[in-house]
Amino acid sequence: MSALSLLPARRPVPGVFVALTLTLTIGWLVVLLDGGQLFNQSTTVSLLHVAAGLGLVAVGQTLVILGGSLDLSVAYVISLSTLVAAETMNGSDGAVLPAIGLVLVVSAGVGLLNGLLVTRFRVNAFIATLGVGLLLKGYLDNGYDGPAGATAPSLVQSLGYQRVGPVPVSFLLLLVVTAAAWFALSRTRFGHHLVAVGGDPEVARLSGVRNDRVLVTAHVLCSMCAGLAGIYLASRLGSGAPRVGTEGLYDLESIAAVVIGGTALAGGRGGVIGTVGGVLLLASIDAIFNQLEVDAFFKQVIRGVIIIAAVAVYARRAMRKAA
Amino acid sequence: MQTVQPRSLPLRLPRVRPGGVLPILAILAVLLVLVGIRQPDFLAPPSLMSFLGRSAPIILLAAGQYFVIVSGEFDLSVGSLVTAQVVVAARLIDSDPARTWPVVLLLLAFGALVGLVNGLITTRLRVPSFITTLGMFLILVGAVYLWSDGAPKGGLSEEFRRFGRRAFEDVPLLGRVPYALMVLVVLAVAAVLLMRSDFGRTLVAVGDNPRTAELSGVRVWRTRTFAFILSGLAAAVAAILLGGYSGVSFQAGAGLEFGAITAVVLGGVALGGGRGAVVGAMLGALTLELLFALMNFYGVSGALRSTVQGGIILLAVAVSATRSSSR
Repeated sequence: MSALSLLPARRPVPGVFVALTLTLTIGWLVVLLDGGQLFNQSTTVSLLHVAAGLGLVAVGQTLVILGGSLDLSVAYVISLSTLVAAETMNGSDGAVLPAIGLVLVVSAGVGLLNGLLVTRFRVNAFIATLGVGLLLKGYLDNGYDGPAGATAPSLVQSLGYQRVGPVPVSFLLLLVVTAAAWFALSRTRFGHHLVAVGGDPEVARLSGVRNDRVLVTAHVLCSMCAGLAGIYLASRLGSGAPRVGTEGLYDLESIAAVVIGGTALAGGRGGVIGTVGGVLLLASIDAIFNQLEVDAFFKQVIRGVIIIAAVAVYARRAMRKAA
Repeated sequence: MQTVQPRSLPLRLPRVRPGGVLPILAILAVLLVLVGIRQPDFLAPPSLMSFLGRSAPIILLAAGQYFVIVSGEFDLSVGSLVTAQVVVAARLIDSDPARTWPVVLLLLAFGALVGLVNGLITTRLRVPSFITTLGMFLILVGAVYLWSDGAPKGGLSEEFRRFGRRAFEDVPLLGRVPYALMVLVVLAVAAVLLMRSDFGRTLVAVGDNPRTAELSGVRVWRTRTFAFILSGLAAAVAAILLGGYSGVSFQAGAGLEFGAITAVVLGGVALGGGRGAVVGAMLGALTLELLFALMNFYGVSGALRSTVQGGIILLAVAVSATRSSSR
């Protein structure tokens, strides 16, 4: 069993990086022919900014999906977190740490609720997190009509806009979170148990894994990642935004990134490195289309096609392996 | 699955079968009583009839979603499909009454086509339906904005709109019967008959255990694809009714997929497939609409709708889950 649960860590680089390289190469050529430059400073920076926001959510989403669960409430957690952050800070630098702490506590609470609904009350994860998401949506719709609060200037400068060379601080944060998640998944007991639970809950239980506890932890971590994404978005926008999570389609896009990254939607197979690849792929496509000044709506059509096609490729490969 | 019960007690309370429609009927009855206390006028035939007419689209969507869910899949594209249909209808009809019927047929064909594509991608390419229909959602929303340059064009003809807003007037006893309600009744009966036919049984069998169904000679992929087509058709009819009732907007179908899934779950249909009745799903939708009406009467802010909806789903599923696990 331990050999089985170590498998994800030993898998070769997922195919998503091949796709990413191809996309970037082709994109670079097409943009070049179009008279533009894909890898100039501003494009790269904005690509990484997009990736940072989506990536933070998607890394968390990877954890729950690996465990065989799912989180549809992340978009609302993000919106809520921007508001909690911005309203607590209210423009003062002194309140940055308490605000971040509060966001993490609130989002962890939502994750705990998700996790308990899924494990203790045996509610299908899809419905449980959708229901929790709707609870939050009602609260947001009822209490807020537009932006509220103000993010502390120091946070806006640092997390929101500061860069190391072309790499935004927020992307570095994503790398740190990814590294932590990778370590947790491949080197700790929690990670091995999580993958085992996602692979076959019954076998995991019989081998002495406390399924419920592991899954609840994954849900809490996932929500906290969404909370971090909310803090980041608040620092980009300068205030809390009650609809930023849903308008960015962070729930669906994060799931798409995870699946494109090679993690099985049914759980038990995959990892966060692939997810970051998936996030970078989605962000690159976005950047290429921006450079080509492709219509925003057309972009969305293509994105839908790519998500379906990517998953179809994985499914085909899995079928061939099974045959 | 029925197990043989020892017949020690001749008198036995009817057992609530998981997946049965009794719980949802009970909830519906309670809500009706609450409505009756607060707003007795609402239960008078004319207003009740128009309420049923208004609820017809979501009830039809719930039925469509039921077919897909009971076969073990999801359809997240129906909301965007409704929006796309309404926008397409407005642009193609362009306020010309003569184009009404061709466009209605086209919408039905379009709905069936989207369902067919969803179904084939899910069953033949083995993409999880969650991803397939999510991708379709993105494609449809993007395409419809793209096609209309960001603002709906054209207009619906009065001919088209009558399905959603007109009614048979001066009906004895009932007052007025909306066309939408007639459409609903006909299609609901058709749905029930369909679920009693061989196809219906096959659909449930496929959702219950695809492997067994496959081994007993069912073409699982064909059955599931057909379920998606039915969902697409339901979305087309819902779009015709909704467009007629509330007009053209990019928000026409927003969030309807989750509303339909909520309704289905509320109606006692198991996610993952294989259990529950189509009547339950439709009653679930009706209950949800009645609940919203009730909130309205009690002056609860409309913005809190989703909070209530969320609470309801969680409660409904948690209750049914604890019940079925203690069997």
